[in-house]
Amino acid sequence: MEITKRKEKDIMIISVKGRMDAVTAPSFEEDMTDLISKGEKAFIINFSKLEYISSAGLRSILATAKQLKEKQGKVLFAELVGPVQEVFKIAGFYSIFQAYDTEEAAINQL
Amino acid sequence: MHVLSTIKLPAKLDNLYKFMDVVSRCAKEQGFPQNRINDIELAMEEALVNIFNYAYKDNTGAAEVTCSIDNDKRFIVDIIDSGIPFNVLSHKDPDLTSDISEREIGGLGVFLMKKLTDDIQYRRENGKNILRFVINRT
Repeated sequence: MEITKRKEKDIMIISVKGRMDAVTAPSFEEDMTDLISKGEKAFIINFSKLEYISSAGLRSILATAKQLKEKQGKVLFAELVGPVQEVFKIAGFYSIFQAYDTEEAAINQL
Repeated sequence: MHVLSTIKLPAKLDNLYKFMDVVSRCAKEQGFPQNRINDIELAMEEALVNIFNYAYKDNTGAAEVTCSIDNDKRFIVDIIDSGIPFNVLSHKDPDLTSDISEREIGGLGVFLMKKLTDDIQYRRENGKNILRFVINRT
């Protein structure tokens, strides 16, 4: 798993590449916790290059979202593809998270 | 039924990819498409991580994975441990309607397993938990 971060105005844009599984998800959560503790409140997570996500990945996303909610922050998702879209659907994540087809569309919502 | 491959290793997260590689390679050699291999890997990860975390009190047991092809050309994965009796299928399905604060992640792994495989069976036999996934070609 590879995580790249960039900031546009007040929005942190996080791109995740590869696999978010039981082995790699903890480091995603650590990175996010670190950014949140530094005061970041608006996140867009771009999953266009994410090939695989398991319940461990979902757990780390949920833990991040809970932290953000406590601080009145927000996280949106962009560009989910293939298996990741499927897992989000099965897990009912579309009822708690907003996902957009493009990063631009997500930025416009924040 | 024809056994393709078996791998037995200590039940530790460090070995997750080794288990998955063996089974993915088998499925690929049998001509299963990438989306089905993905489903197999995900179901396997969920089952194995449960074993790594909960099967053995002293964390020193093994997990064994066997992949086979049955007479109907379906892919079969057996995941076996000698840990405490645990039928993952007895888990109730998670509530997928609660909001972020109330949403629980427990049970989601088992739910994914059930949804991504075409059949799933559990049996306890000779002191072992045997979880079987059946995956159709399409």
